[in-house]
Amino acid sequence: MQSTPAVEVTGLVKRYGAKTAVNGLDLSVPRGCVAAVLGPNGAGKTTTVETCEGYRRPDAGHVRVLGLDPVAEAASLRPRIGVMLQSGGIYPGARAAEMLRHTAKLHREPLDANALIERLGLGSCGRIPYRRLSGGQPQRPALAMAIIGRPELVFLDEPTAGLDPQARRATWDLVRELRADGATVVLTTHFMDEAEKLADTVVIIDGGKVIAHGAPEELARGGAKDTLRFSGRPGLDLASLLKALPADTAAAELTPGSYWVKGKVDPQMLATVTSWCAQHSVMPDRIAVERRTLEDVFLELTGKELRS
Amino acid sequence: MTATTGARTATATGTFTPQPGAAPLTRMIAAQTVLETRMLLRNGEQLLLTIVIPALLLVVFSAAPIVTTGAGKRVDFLAPGLLALAVMSTAFTGQAIATGFERRYGVLKRLGASPLPRWALMTAKTGSVLVTEVLQVALLTVIALALGWSPHGNATSVALLLVLGTAAFSGLGLLMAGTLKAEATLAAANLVFLLLLVGGGVIVPLSTFPHGVATALHMLPISALAEGLREVLQHGAGMPWGDLGILAVWAVLGLTAAGRFFRWE
Ligand SMILES: Nc1ncnc2c1ncn2[C@@H]1O[C@H](COP(=O)(O)OP(=O)(O)OP(=O)(O)O)[C@@H](O)[C@H]1O
Ligand SMILES: [Mg+2]
Repeated sequence: MQSTPAVEVTGLVKRYGAKTAVNGLDLSVPRGCVAAVLGPNGAGKTTTVETCEGYRRPDAGHVRVLGLDPVAEAASLRPRIGVMLQSGGIYPGARAAEMLRHTAKLHREPLDANALIERLGLGSCGRIPYRRLSGGQPQRPALAMAIIGRPELVFLDEPTAGLDPQARRATWDLVRELRADGATVVLTTHFMDEAEKLADTVVIIDGGKVIAHGAPEELARGGAKDTLRFSGRPGLDLASLLKALPADTAAAELTPGSYWVKGKVDPQMLATVTSWCAQHSVMPDRIAVERRTLEDVFLELTGKELRS
Repeated sequence: MTATTGARTATATGTFTPQPGAAPLTRMIAAQTVLETRMLLRNGEQLLLTIVIPALLLVVFSAAPIVTTGAGKRVDFLAPGLLALAVMSTAFTGQAIATGFERRYGVLKRLGASPLPRWALMTAKTGSVLVTEVLQVALLTVIALALGWSPHGNATSVALLLVLGTAAFSGLGLLMAGTLKAEATLAAANLVFLLLLVGGGVIVPLSTFPHGVATALHMLPISALAEGLREVLQHGAGMPWGDLGILAVWAVLGLTAAGRFFRWE
């Protein structure tokens, strides 16, 4: 059983009337991993996650969560997963701690509610009913509710939206601990740094399709070019440098004395550049390697324009 | 999943090491009933509707001859009507509004992903309605007795009327909550409450209306409940089969339609 992936989605199609929200999506999350689903607004992240949670019946494709069909076998699946919806889920008149204690009672061996209340600062929401919590405050009890039942698999739909930096970090720590203790986490986010720091595997979707996936560092590399910058004497002859480097490398003097080399930046390239500098009696100052970030990749793939 | 609990705890060390599972059904339903009841009793508008208004109407209309209630003490006519109103306020108006907002706030959706089955959630909701009704009936009874009420009839008939009335109003309330927007439910449920308070034989006798109108109004669940309770408590009747029949039809219609059309999101 443990060898089957926690989530296995192939060819998922989900339509809302004439609108196709998810259009032939594949997703596989191994057990014990943190998977991040990225994508612009309306990409189909929530639809995908909610299909895995059993809320939506796929129009086409195959969905297995912990080896179960989330719709047909919902009764067996639900006790084993933890769910944090993109918004809502708490009685408007309930207090954060009260709701968490209640959720604990629905599970067989829940975590200690008080410890979780302490840890996530839910006590500070005090006697304030849920409907009056501000901004990101409602996220915290919702996150706690998703994990209190000791689930094998946790779905978190934008768990850090609207959180302050402290609360974001607290959420990250929690996700890391969940993984360390053997749970699987699937989360959606708009924060590239979050995906980069937290996830073992990243899926970028747009228009209901996967447009890139892989480990975050692999994706950022993605065969695309990185940049090496250095400063030195102005007017160096870069042609001789390019001869020593692989064919698809480019080089230029941006401003007098300030150079960049674009290509596959690896130890070999760095050695070639520095020995070339030595031959020309140049002391390369301020050598810097600029790696693409996941955000660069994301913007390259999904475009920089605002979507209508 | 052959590992024993002992073996699992031996290897499991982390706080978050998965140990999923649903709590026993009875524990889940009990917890959910307690929470639902607490939410209901905490809500000021709900309390006004379910506790204050029926009690106030009973006191005011018993004290002063504002409506003609026919032969006998005014309180003997009014107490059964306000018991009926109490049932409607909780099972219909209160439940519709609360459930409508729970749907809007994603509470029903989130509970759908919890180990609590939907039928168990509905059982818990019914449980909290019944708990509230017991409180209402107790309070109204005490007030009415203090006002000189002398009830007759048998308790089984009364209980049957109250249960069927609750079923009829719950079905209609849930139908509304599960199909309309929360704001629409809020407005409509209050409007219906007001209209039925006036036209449903609660404090204004149906005989005040022209004969044809009165006959039609008697088909309403509130009138059937109020008149049925009056038959028993005021006139000492046995089983008011006609009224029970009307309530049963409403219950079947309402619950079937709610089951069919209720949307959880
Ligand atoms: N219940 C619904 N009825 C109709 N259309 C819907 C519904 N839910 C989502 N959609 C549409 O489906 C598409 C995908 O929506 P989805 O919520 O899955 O996107 P998302 O990636 O989660 O976006 P966001 O980042 O804004 O949360 C959108 O175009 C959205 O408008
Ligand atoms: Mg979303």
